[in-house]
Amino acid sequence: MNTRKSVLDVRDANLSMAHMYAGYAAVFIGAIAGLLQGLVRGGLIELPAGIGYYQLLTAHGILLALVFTTYFIIGFFFSGMSKNMGSLYDGPRKAGWAGFYIMTAGVILTTIMVLLNEGTVLYTFYAPLQASPYFYIGLTLVVVGSWISGYAMFGQLYKWKKENRGKVSPLFSYLAVVTMLLWQIATLGVAATVLFQFIPWSFGWVEKIDVLLSRTLFWYFGHPLVYFWLLPAYVGWYVIIPKIIGGKIFSDSLARLAFILFLIFSMPVGFHHQLLEPGISPFWKYLQVVLTFMVIIPSLMTAFAMFATFETAGRMKGSTGLFGWFKKLPWSDVRFFAPMMGMLIFIPGGIGGIVNASHQINQMVHNTLFITGHFHLTVATTVVVSFFGFTYWLVPVLTGRKLTAKMNKLGIVQTLLWIVGMLIMSTAMHTVGLLGSPRRTAFTTYQDHPDAVMWMPYHVVMAIGGVILFIAAMLMIYNFIYLAFFAPRGVEEYPMGEVANEAEKTPMILENWKIWIGVSAALILIAYTVPLIGIIENSPPGSPPYRFW
Amino acid sequence: MHLHKYERIWLMFGGASLVVFLAVIGITAFFMGDQPPSGAFCAPVFANADTVDPEKVTETPPFNEPGIKKVGENQYVVTMVAYSFGFQPSNIEIPAGAEVYFQVTSKDVVHGFEIPGTNVNMMITPGYVNTIRYTFDEPGNYLILCNEYCGVGHQFMSTTVEVK
Repeated sequence: MNTRKSVLDVRDANLSMAHMYAGYAAVFIGAIAGLLQGLVRGGLIELPAGIGYYQLLTAHGILLALVFTTYFIIGFFFSGMSKNMGSLYDGPRKAGWAGFYIMTAGVILTTIMVLLNEGTVLYTFYAPLQASPYFYIGLTLVVVGSWISGYAMFGQLYKWKKENRGKVSPLFSYLAVVTMLLWQIATLGVAATVLFQFIPWSFGWVEKIDVLLSRTLFWYFGHPLVYFWLLPAYVGWYVIIPKIIGGKIFSDSLARLAFILFLIFSMPVGFHHQLLEPGISPFWKYLQVVLTFMVIIPSLMTAFAMFATFETAGRMKGSTGLFGWFKKLPWSDVRFFAPMMGMLIFIPGGIGGIVNASHQINQMVHNTLFITGHFHLTVATTVVVSFFGFTYWLVPVLTGRKLTAKMNKLGIVQTLLWIVGMLIMSTAMHTVGLLGSPRRTAFTTYQDHPDAVMWMPYHVVMAIGGVILFIAAMLMIYNFIYLAFFAPRGVEEYPMGEVANEAEKTPMILENWKIWIGVSAALILIAYTVPLIGIIENSPPGSPPYRFW
Repeated sequence: MHLHKYERIWLMFGGASLVVFLAVIGITAFFMGDQPPSGAFCAPVFANADTVDPEKVTETPPFNEPGIKKVGENQYVVTMVAYSFGFQPSNIEIPAGAEVYFQVTSKDVVHGFEIPGTNVNMMITPGYVNTIRYTFDEPGNYLILCNEYCGVGHQFMSTTVEVK
């Protein structure tokens, strides 16, 4: 007998919670890999024979950047849509489970291949390094599973709209659907390269692979991928945070508009990851740099909306003066504190991103530890700390338990440890990256070259930051297990925000999917058609496979 | 859709900053010639290859004879082959103040070509020739390293430029 009380349909809570278990299992293994990498790079330890640095690096990237995020995002979205609409319909819930099992099969297959040292190609798997075909098949299953979960969410919204004709869709569900739509469009690129290039090539059905084409298709996917990570954090910021701080959602329509802008502009920008490559003309690179800068606009809108929400909430509580509202924010509530830290970290994170995308300035930082420092601020702090912050209320909601005062405190400690560890590690990475130290490289002094010897103290600082981060990650695992299994039973609130009364009506054009998918497709065609034809027409003979590990 | 007055100001400020940034990098790229390395699209006139069969690099000119060639007064071309895990030729010497064009390709996987302390940084994709120009004003020993994962010995893939 299930006696637990829940603010969610228990069947939906179970679906969401399954994603949380899988996601946090990935955090556990991925964090261990991260710790070891930091210590190796800093020259503090040597790995026992049999484990390779690049094997750990592959595991770290896949488990944390791809697996944890995707599970969390899908689980979080299912919970919010269920809350929004009373419950998931049976079809979408079943599809959600199918998606979960397919993804999990893929994760297990890929992880086994990495552990067997059959897939030490890092999580970007650049050809012509060739992994076992089962490595690629595993990743394919992860993406296919996530597609099915996405269809489940589309179906849920479609059916809800049919039953609620003329009504605007609930904000959380709308934002979740835009995010999953972005994911569908983005993954077309990686699906194309994996299905038509990597899998036939790794089975030996074709001998050679077009390297530049595979890289271009990968990066068509690789940048919207980071928005797929970021947008769910934004969903929480827009919809959940206002409720937690006792305020209202600043503007329903502007939140939707920001997401639509992400849908349109996050796709045609992949060349900013290929700025230093031959085979693509500088004109098309620059065009995509311009489009990359467009995608900054919705983040500026989000920043405004957040601080507007904070200020109005503070003033409702009677704050005075220009910055009085700042003190009225619930700093001691981890549900607010953690995502707020994520927001603040996004300021330096975003600025670093502008540097990276700045056409020829990219030469200063490309493939150096500056980039690693950048995405450890954006993805591994802004996104991840926001997800951790959501976990503190979401897991009790899903398991019918309470976030206790003690766990709240431990959550603040965990967040602070993460932020401190990350600031130490990321600052060292940014600095030593500007000095030239390359990313994705095991311990080396390049035969004691003076330039490289000078980098060593920074690598040691990175390792120290990494140790603090590892402690924070393990504390998060402890907190997760406590909230899932041991916290007292009770009813935890699902903090779903409401729109301010004075906010205007949401224009229905935002729900006209045909228009937005059309605009997105048009921009993709503009940005990619000509250079892609050039890449295919001028392509040199392909490359045979190599296995250098 | 209504935008709050302050939000309009904020977005105008943000948008204007982005326009300025784009203008700066655009003008330096298209009018001052400071483009990111893009192989054939930015190659100097003497470069006689833009693509190459990655399996026939060692028999294809100019990569059948990797090395340094003087092409003008104080101008040099370095023709280089990157491979797991090294660069050929290695440990090159160049006079101080010389303008150097590097033309590099890979005979196996994707590599990086970076000289720390300079703006020299480019991707070496098999099948393509990438080029970059740099003037070594300061004498000293410069490190060339691979900054793209290329296998288990990636961290050993480096050589040096001695500028005298």
